[in-house]
Parts: sequence; structure tokens; C-alpha cells
Amino acid sequence: MVTLSNAGRWLRAALVWTILAALVIAVLYPLAWMISNGFKTNAELFGNPFALPASWGWGNFAAAWQQGVGSFVLTSVSLTVLATVLTEAISAWAAFGLTRVRIPLNRGFTVLILAGLMLAPTVALVPLVKMFQSLGLYNTFLGLLALYTAFRIPFTVFLMRAYMLDLPREVDEAAAIDGASKTVTFWRIILPMSRPIIITTVVLNVLTNWNEYLFAMVFTSGTGLQTLPVGLADLMSKNGTQYPLVFAGMVMAALPMVILFFFCQRYFVRGLAGGVGK
Amino acid sequence: MTSAPASVRPAVAGSARAALVRPDRTAAPSWRNIIWLIPALAVLAVFVYWPLLQNVAFSFLKWNIYSGSQSFVGADNYVELASDPVFLKALANNTWYAAISIVCQVFGALLLAAIVESVRSERMRRAFRSIYFIPSAISLTVAGLLFYFIYQPQSGLLNAFLANLGLGQYAQAWLGHENTSIFAVAAMSQWQGFGYSVLLFSVALQRIPVELYEAAAIDGIGPVRQFFSISMPLVREMTGLMMIVTVSGAFQVFNEVMVMTSGGPNNSSQVLGTWLYHAGFVTNNFGYASAIGVAVFLITLALAALQLWVSRKRRVEW
Repeated sequence: MVTLSNAGRWLRAALVWTILAALVIAVLYPLAWMISNGFKTNAELFGNPFALPASWGWGNFAAAWQQGVGSFVLTSVSLTVLATVLTEAISAWAAFGLTRVRIPLNRGFTVLILAGLMLAPTVALVPLVKMFQSLGLYNTFLGLLALYTAFRIPFTVFLMRAYMLDLPREVDEAAAIDGASKTVTFWRIILPMSRPIIITTVVLNVLTNWNEYLFAMVFTSGTGLQTLPVGLADLMSKNGTQYPLVFAGMVMAALPMVILFFFCQRYFVRGLAGGVGK
Repeated sequence: MTSAPASVRPAVAGSARAALVRPDRTAAPSWRNIIWLIPALAVLAVFVYWPLLQNVAFSFLKWNIYSGSQSFVGADNYVELASDPVFLKALANNTWYAAISIVCQVFGALLLAAIVESVRSERMRRAFRSIYFIPSAISLTVAGLLFYFIYQPQSGLLNAFLANLGLGQYAQAWLGHENTSIFAVAAMSQWQGFGYSVLLFSVALQRIPVELYEAAAIDGIGPVRQFFSISMPLVREMTGLMMIVTVSGAFQVFNEVMVMTSGGPNNSSQVLGTWLYHAGFVTNNFGYASAIGVAVFLITLALAALQLWVSRKRRVEW
């Protein structure tokens, strides 16, 4: 009896660890392959795919940077940072209004803002191109900034609203008794208390904006305004034979976000715990 | 007086406080307060809702944005849509995408999250969650390009791997075959996105009180039944949310298909998003593209309504 159940437990543990380890390999091996390919020569890339590069020089990375990755990074960084800041400001302001201020038709406005969650950007694509052409926003930084900001608002409000609903009413009341206006309550009390969800949404918005592809592809033409994802895809079609350069570019595109995630991970998870599934 | 029933006291105190020190709860809603919503509403109105309405109007036109030629054609675009084999193929591909994503990123991820959470060491749990999340951080474009190379028939990792396992006869050009292209793309999406779902389910599982599992263990209930009787019912809200996010995401797929196959070969991996792009920006048939947009909108709307109806029945609020 005892040995049998021990054997069962042992088997179960073995199964669990096999699954977990197999998935770790399935995730990490392709990534390791990507990084190592960034160091290979073209001949090596088309040889045995399991082989490691003969030498670990930075030549491909420097060349990829020269061939445009540097300027893609600059565009992506500025677009990501500005769009995220704008989205956070507008969304936090709106989430506060929806949860802690008496607004007529509150439920209707909530639905109106959150309904944007399920809208595919493709649905608005054709009219947006037309509108941007007539407004002179086509192929401009400002145009992309507006799109990135607008389409992230519903999701950000969704998470922030769920979080702010959980904050106790008593803090607002205490502030009101002390004579604080709603604006002061927002800045001094609710915003600092919402730090976990702000960090979470910042991470999610930065990830999404950094990786955005559809708008960056449709609303820009030619060089100058290309973001990393679009630039990489172009690099790929232009450098038909220089694949190691593309791999080097991929590594440079991926690394900042992986680092950001590990850096903010603890806060990120805590914010999700407070906000999602509410 | 001092011996008021304990159950009454909080209620009395509550209402007294409500009358005296909760001005906000008793204050009438004021239109002045809409100032809080104006920035969000304005941005959404201009860049999301107005284009959405225009899209409906455009779907009744035959027109070219670039040349400006434009004429009203009534429901012609929709008639064409209904008999367009590529549109139907795209619809089928999106449906496959949704089905595969539900299996992997909702149920698979929930199961995996439960397995991760069953690990005793907190450090190990955190390590697994983070490693699984990495692909979600590296972007669909990078992951798509990476798998484009992994799927290469000669120099790719997958065929070489199969050959090493003695399964060389299954090696093929995964993205180059009509039968496999959409599934190869969908497989990459699962690799890229499952860690995000695992993370969210882990968070939901952590909220379940440990006492429930302890009580079950004392009653001799094993981990498998614990999963079905405790974990699954108690993360139902999260499962519902993930379901709608995953399915509507599957009907919005664009980036990975564009990067890996552009819808080919022979339109075999076309999805609604890429077919819309193709109709509009490759063949300049913008009215038709708008009609596809309306179809996408109606599908996502129906899915959201279905989800809302299901969660209403369960009386779950968000």
C-alpha cells in the first residue's frame, strides 16, 4: 500500500517536472538559436542548424544597426514612450471619473469606453487612411501617436477601473472632509494608491506599442518613420541573402522588452492580481 | 439602549454615516463632472467610433482612395463577399485559429498554470512563469520571423529536429504547403502567447484560499480531482474573460500572418485581416475592404454579446 502510493506520487512528480522542463526547452531553445544565428556567417546559417557559430563577433549587430535598426529603435522608443504616457494620463483620468465621481449615465459611458476593447483596428483601417490623408496626418509621427494612444485607452481604462473600484470609499470621504477637491483627491490619493495597476498597464502598453505592426505599416511609407517591427520585416525582404543581419536585428528588437519585463515583473504581476478577473 | 442587537448596530452606524459624511454618495450626479471623461471620449470618438461608422457607409461604395473615383453600388460588395472563396477560406482560417487558441491558451494554459502552482518552491514557480512569458515580450514580428526560419525546409530547425528523431519522412516546407501554412502560423502564435495566459491564470489560482485544497487533501481527494472540483470552478471568471479575449483576438489576427506568409501560398493562410488589407491596399478595392471590415465587426460584436449573455446568466460582473 505505502510503497504503491509512493510510486504513484513519484510518477506524478516525474510527469510534472517533465512537462515543465519540456516547455522551458521549447521556449528557450528557439531563442538561443535566434541569438546564436545573429553571430553566424551566411554559410553557417545555411549549414547544420544545430551548429554554433565559429566565432562570436559583433559584426552582424553593428551592420544591422548601420542598416537602419538604429533609426528604427529611435522611432520606436519615442513613439512607445509618448503614446504610453498619453494613454496612461487619459485613462487614469477617465477611470477616476467612472469610479469615484457622480456622472450621469455612468453605466452608458462605461460601456461606450470599454466597448472599444473588442474592436479590431482593421475595422477602422480604411476610413482612418482616408481621414489621415485629408488631415495631413498620413505618414507623420503625430498621426501614429494618435492611433497608438486611442486604441490602447479602452484596455487601460478597463484595468484601471477594476482596480479603482476596489479602493475603499473611505479614503475619498476622508479627503472630502479635509476639504480636498476631486482633482486633489485624484492626484494626491487615488493615483499614488493605484501605483501597482499603473505599472502593470505601463508594461502592457509599452509591450504593445513597441510591437505594434499594422498601423506602423499602413500609415507610413518609405523610410524615415519606420518602427522596429516594420523595419525588421523590410530588412528581411531587402536583405534576401543576409539573414544573419536580420537575426541580429531581431535580437536587438527583442532584448529591451525582455529586460523591461524582468525588471518590472514583481510589480507587474501584483498589478494584474489586483485588476484582472475582477 | 446599550444592548442593541449586534446585528443592527452596523446598519444603523452605516446609515448615519451615509447621511452625515458621505456627501458624494448622496450628491446628485452632475454634468459638470463629465470633464473627467471628455479626453477619453473625444479621442475614442475621433479615432475609433467615427471611422467605424464611416466604414459602414464605405462598404456600400465602389471606390479608390488614391484616384478618388467613387460610386454607390448598394449591397454589391456584400453579395460579392458571400461568394468569394478567399473570404470564406479566411473565415475558416480564423475559426481554426480561435479553436486552436482556446485549446492551447485557455484550457492548456489553465492546466499548465495549475501544474506550475503545484510546485512547492516559490522561486521555481516564479522562474517558470517568467520563462514562459518571454515569447510574449519579444513581439509577434520577431517571433514570426524566427519561426519563418525554423520552418524553412532546408536550413530550418524543425525539419532537422524531425530528422534527428527518425521522423524525417514528415519533414516539409511548413509555410509553403497549402495544407499546413495556417497551422504552422497558428502554432507559432501559441508558442508566443501561452506564457501570458499562464501568468494570468496563475494570478487567478493564487487567489483561491489554500484551506480548500487542504480540506480536500484531508478528505483524500487527489490533485486531479482538486483541479476539476476546486481550481476550475473558482477561476471561471478568468476563464470567461480569457475566452472572449482569445476568440476575438483570433478574429483580429494580422501581424503574424503578414510577416510569415502574407496569406499565401495561393491564399491558403489568408485571414480576414490580411484579406481586408489585400483588398484595400493591394488591389485598391476599398469598398470591398470596408465590407470585410463590417463582417469582422459583426463577428466580434456577436462574440462579445454571447460572452456578455453567458456571464449575465452566471451573474458575474466586471
